[in-house]
Amino acid sequence: MSQSDTITVDGNEAVALVAHKINEVIAIYPITPSSPMGEFSDLYSSKGQKNIFGSVPEVFELQSEGGASGTVHGALQAGSLTTTFTASQGLLLMIPNMYKIAGELSATVFHVAARSLAAQGLSIFGDHQDVMGVRQTGFALLASNSVQEAHDFALISQAATLRSRIPFLHFFDGFRTSHEVSRIEKLSDDVLKKMIDTGLVAAHRRRGLSPDHPVLRGTAQNPDVYFQGRESVNRYYQALPEILQGEMDRFSTLTGRSYHLFDYVGAADAERVIVLMGSGAEAVEESVNYLIERGESVGLIKVRLALPFDSEAFIAALPASVQAIGVLDRTKEPGSVGEPLYHDVVSVLFERGESLPFKMPRIVGGRYGLSSKEFTPTMIFAIYEELSKTSPKNHFTIGIDDDVTFTSLEYDHDLILENKDQFQAIFYGLGSDGTVGANKNTIKIIGTETDHYAQGYFVYDSKKSGSMTTSHLRFGTKPIRSSYLIQKADFVAVHQSVFLEKLDLLEIAKEGGIFLLNTPYPKEEVWRRLPRVTQERIIEKKLKFYAIDAYKVAHASNMGRRINTVMQTCFFAISGILSKEEAMAKIKGSIQKTYGSKGDVIVQMNYAAVDATLENLYEIDVPASADSLFELQATLKGDMSEFTREVIGKITAFKGDTLRVSQIPDDGTWPTGTTQYEKRNIAQEVPVWDADTCIQCNKCVSACPHSVIRSSVFDISFLKNAPAGFSAKGAKGKNFGENEVFNISVAIEDCTGCALCVEVCPAKNKSQTNLKAINMVPQMALREAGIAQWDFFLSLPKMDRGSLDPSNLKESQFLEPLFEFSGACPGCGETPYVKLASQLFGDRMVIANATGCSSIYGGNLPTTPWKKNDEGRGPAWSNSLFEDNAEFGLGFRLSIDAQNDRARGVLETLKPHLDGALVEEILSADQHEESQINAQRDRVEKLKYSLKTLDKEDAKTLLELADYLVKKSVWIMGGDGWAYDIGYGGLDHVLASGKNVNILVLDTQVYSNTGGQQSKATMTGAVAKFAAGGKVGVPKDLAAMAIAYENVYVAKVAMGANDTATIKAFVEAERYEGPSIIIAYSHCVAHGYDLKYGFDQQRRAVDSGLWPIFRFNPDKIKEGENPMTLDYKGPKIDVKDFMYRETRFKMVEKMNALSAGTFLQTAAHTAESLYARYQNLHAYYEPSSKEA
Amino acid sequence: MDFTTTFLGLNLKNPLIASASPLTSSVESIRRLEDNGIAAVIMHSLFEEEINHEIHQIDHFLHINSDSNAEGTSYLPSEVDFENLQADNYLEEIRRIKASVSLPLIASLNGISAGGWISYAKRLQEAGADALELNITYIPTSMEMEGYRVEQMYIDTVAQVAERIDIPLNVKMNAYFSNPANMAKRFVEAGAKGLTLFDNPTRVEVDLDLLSPLQRANITTSYNLSETLRWCAILYGRLSCSLCANTGIHSGEDVLKAIMSGADTTALASVLLTKGEGEIKQILSDMEEWMEKHEYESISQMKGSISLAHTDNPSVYERNSYMYALQHYRR
Repeated sequence: MSQSDTITVDGNEAVALVAHKINEVIAIYPITPSSPMGEFSDLYSSKGQKNIFGSVPEVFELQSEGGASGTVHGALQAGSLTTTFTASQGLLLMIPNMYKIAGELSATVFHVAARSLAAQGLSIFGDHQDVMGVRQTGFALLASNSVQEAHDFALISQAATLRSRIPFLHFFDGFRTSHEVSRIEKLSDDVLKKMIDTGLVAAHRRRGLSPDHPVLRGTAQNPDVYFQGRESVNRYYQALPEILQGEMDRFSTLTGRSYHLFDYVGAADAERVIVLMGSGAEAVEESVNYLIERGESVGLIKVRLALPFDSEAFIAALPASVQAIGVLDRTKEPGSVGEPLYHDVVSVLFERGESLPFKMPRIVGGRYGLSSKEFTPTMIFAIYEELSKTSPKNHFTIGIDDDVTFTSLEYDHDLILENKDQFQAIFYGLGSDGTVGANKNTIKIIGTETDHYAQGYFVYDSKKSGSMTTSHLRFGTKPIRSSYLIQKADFVAVHQSVFLEKLDLLEIAKEGGIFLLNTPYPKEEVWRRLPRVTQERIIEKKLKFYAIDAYKVAHASNMGRRINTVMQTCFFAISGILSKEEAMAKIKGSIQKTYGSKGDVIVQMNYAAVDATLENLYEIDVPASADSLFELQATLKGDMSEFTREVIGKITAFKGDTLRVSQIPDDGTWPTGTTQYEKRNIAQEVPVWDADTCIQCNKCVSACPHSVIRSSVFDISFLKNAPAGFSAKGAKGKNFGENEVFNISVAIEDCTGCALCVEVCPAKNKSQTNLKAINMVPQMALREAGIAQWDFFLSLPKMDRGSLDPSNLKESQFLEPLFEFSGACPGCGETPYVKLASQLFGDRMVIANATGCSSIYGGNLPTTPWKKNDEGRGPAWSNSLFEDNAEFGLGFRLSIDAQNDRARGVLETLKPHLDGALVEEILSADQHEESQINAQRDRVEKLKYSLKTLDKEDAKTLLELADYLVKKSVWIMGGDGWAYDIGYGGLDHVLASGKNVNILVLDTQVYSNTGGQQSKATMTGAVAKFAAGGKVGVPKDLAAMAIAYENVYVAKVAMGANDTATIKAFVEAERYEGPSIIIAYSHCVAHGYDLKYGFDQQRRAVDSGLWPIFRFNPDKIKEGENPMTLDYKGPKIDVKDFMYRETRFKMVEKMNALSAGTFLQTAAHTAESLYARYQNLHAYYEPSSKEA
Repeated sequence: MDFTTTFLGLNLKNPLIASASPLTSSVESIRRLEDNGIAAVIMHSLFEEEINHEIHQIDHFLHINSDSNAEGTSYLPSEVDFENLQADNYLEEIRRIKASVSLPLIASLNGISAGGWISYAKRLQEAGADALELNITYIPTSMEMEGYRVEQMYIDTVAQVAERIDIPLNVKMNAYFSNPANMAKRFVEAGAKGLTLFDNPTRVEVDLDLLSPLQRANITTSYNLSETLRWCAILYGRLSCSLCANTGIHSGEDVLKAIMSGADTTALASVLLTKGEGEIKQILSDMEEWMEKHEYESISQMKGSISLAHTDNPSVYERNSYMYALQHYRR
């Protein structure tokens, strides 16, 4: 392959490059892992890039995948070439329109990055469950197995759909292909034009609805004709395989790359054949070649066109020598005889029966690779081995240990396919250190500028803060088919030495390989700072060991904490992939390419880092024996359950793949309160409290996104057991006695180091105003004492909740948070609200959580931040889907109410047998205040005690139900993508229901979890994905829409602007016996500034008038008061003073100053009109004016 | 009345120049200045430090959280096209202003690095600026940094820029050198064709509620004119460069005082910000009235007439006659 027409891209980009060129309308909605296809398309169109027809495709984001598919349907019906990109649940939401599109024989291609479906748990990773879930719609299913194929098939499918009129679902494996960076041959516009028949495009357009040649579609049909109509399309499906093969053949003539409906690879006389589709086929091909070299007669059929399944082509592709077929499905259909591909193969062979050109082979089906589970050569060898048996196991699984129903095949865990043609390198980095970006760059340099093939694949852990990234890079002179992670590495780079404290990262190194470490220690100290196992690995594997203090170099080069360029330079300097001179020239070339558009200062800064790197990289002399005193630390610490230690502990140690089926909860139920054992120690600096400066306001406690800052007031006598350094000061406030002291403690091992607490602290040191009452200091030196102080703090008696006023900021922050140490980003703007709710109502909360950031930091395995209090009560939490969360939560309410009704009914029945006064008290109890709820809880305990001794069936029933007599607080939480867009229909319905639910909208004004796509909450002028030039429209006023119901409690809050109003809103909303909605301003990494200033920016958002804060409390109407409380005084500062402190707004000025000016004007107008709107509402509801 | 004068080799219809301020930031506001009679305009400053900071900031925040999470591999679209990353709009604005007004346009550059100065200076020249003003403000906080090194840094910067541009270069000096006259001489030797006396640094204040220092724009009054008058008077006739009086020009009388002290032109900012562009006409008419009353015919006639070299009382400029001045005030 010549370098000129090669590109190094991932699967998503490979598809978007083609799809954007051959479509006119692109309707999109973000969903992992397909979002980048939409993002690339939006970017191309925002830059004015044209399709092959000479127009710029219209890229439009909808409110959901359901909406996107509806728009696709409409655009097709109106005659445009139209596409969409999706995955997983998104594809499922498209099903209704897919039936319509197929039923109307509309030519389109849906490009799908195939992903697991949410069942016992959600997974963002790859398998074919989503694709197999739409088999019935009438779409043709075409599978790509690699990045090159995804690029090619994006075109071939479009050509075939136009000719056949059957819509295509073109799919490739989520992450494995969608996110694998690979060197591929780029399709030229010339090839694209030759493949897309303009006559067919014109025919497609002519079929579009037009008043110039009107027709009717979408009729309602009756029993007389519907059936015939359904059968009328058969001939199109019959013709499709030949049409597709024809397009593949034309493609082959144009590009030299040849594809067939089924491609056979392997020995001509193969007896054992595996049939599968997707990226796994690449690993099987690699394994087949390996086995054939060793004399085995094995083969593989790569299924391209999975539906309609062409029997003749399939049988023709099989070698006549075949004796056993293993059909592998990357999906799961519980209860089915087998999975779809297996069914098809069995049906085809048995239907042909006697007329087969070979003896009926043994056919078995198996499942592999669900949720991107590794699928490696040793597993493939095991399948071929199984196929050689006379009675191979059917319906097997491979890659897991099923010790419950024993489906799994055994395989040799130690067997690794040696691939001498490849150089394999693995890099362990921190999410924010630029490691992945640097490696993507390296792949591009080698893939684009040398004759090597290159592959890059990136694995992320599930935290949003301090997450470990693992980059798997392969280079070779032959095409790389290894569609699995690196198993033995020639080069291991550890970009954060702290990883070595807990993980044996050199196990993967090949003997004689290279080990590169970024370490803060000087050369002479590096060796002795390593854990013993690391030293042993280096010695036993004879590794060449290099080290650098990359942070020092990066800092000196003005790069801050981004070590990407430094570590990339190290890799090239010592890996030997290229000569040092060539490598340095290419790195600099790549820097110019990457950063040229960002200004010369950035280019020069990176050049300087390259030069400085070479001066600071050194080889470490390896002693003959290990002498380290450090052993690896456990990944979980503390007193925990066996399940937590054995199961969760394995996952945190990156050994989750070794867990057996029996160890995994079968219905997706996991324990809460497990983040407390992780002790991740990810913060370089942590806050330390200064008792003398502190004014005891508790603002730092309320702002802390990770609940690591806690405060308490307790009797001074407890101090006698305090560890060294634990300080306390006489408690301020009229509620506290003379002997009571105040303390703020910090869980320094759980802190992420965001420094938000320091910024919100209002107290300055009187002698040194750059210090506050809480200040950041390096963590390492504090660790030992800090742990002892934290443990002591936890041992202090909890404050009496009954004595605290929850609507007072300071007092509310003495309440124990039942949400702690989440995996949210450092400085997260959402979690302070979530934590507050848990403090106020945690012991009675049931939470429905929409998919998004909050479901990930709240419920992504391995650990969860939701926890129980000392009485064993705490939030019960679940995530259903993205779109249905309001309805899901409403279901909680209806169910709890039903249980409560039942309990009350049974209680009434049993009244004569119980303490009548107690029963009456229970039935008539007011449960608005926490003290009232506690009293009810006591009464119910008394009741339960009595019930235990009552020998009646109803008593047993009531014993089960009695806890429902105590108020339960239903909370429905999610982001703006859910509340404003995909879930709005349901949210609106729940608001209208009158039911007592509390809705918390964590409003970041973008789809944060999927990478910052615009939502209807996005502010004017903000750059977001799908709004690459800045959002043009005005954000939706969700609060005003909710107020329109008049019986909904509505609050718009910003904790950083007014924490008192925020807390009041939470308390009032929960107390209100009807639907409540709190829309909470949540700063976010997607806003582009240092989040330690998050609360300051919240204040500016409010002061600018762009985030009005107010509370609308319908209870007040009943009391003859004004329900509307404005918590701000209108626009006080220029919108620019808020907006231009954030990159999302500021970058528009650098992109298009004219637009930037218009955006500022629109924003200023919005600020004024919002204030007028809410002032008018206030005036309207003023009791005197109503009377008048 | 002949108000004409020259500055940086440019012929001006009167000695009133609008100094760099928000009023000189757009075509519309510059046209208003022109309509009111201003003779030349110094465009609002391009701050090299600010531009670099913004570039770094955008680069940092576009990438810092990228590739750290499987779902959100980035949080802002980073591959967008930037049209205005390196002050491209400022340059475009110069082109537009040049096309729509006829008065001389002086670009203004506020920077710190020699490299940055040179590249921006060249681009400003290419964009059509008639002259360039450099505003070098370096506040050394290191006690090890000796005065001569600070001075040399200023001189080197001026020399490097002057060498690489063809349009005349004006240096906006500050008044805090040990010997401003020597610095003025060295600036001219380094290539400056004009000197503005003096830069008006921002004001430091303290917010007692926040316990924080604050930076504020320094709005002047005629009272602030003193040092400008002194050094115009001292330098007049001794350097082959133009002098522009800055800081405290608020009235026609102020202009006349500055010209008589030795300035070729005067630069106005605070007065225009506080009273509006209309004040230009008032100043010109006040000047005319005074000159007519005192039978002056032209600006050139009075230029330097009370400078150090031409005054009957040079000791005012030379000595710190504080006691005398104070007594005089008390009387």
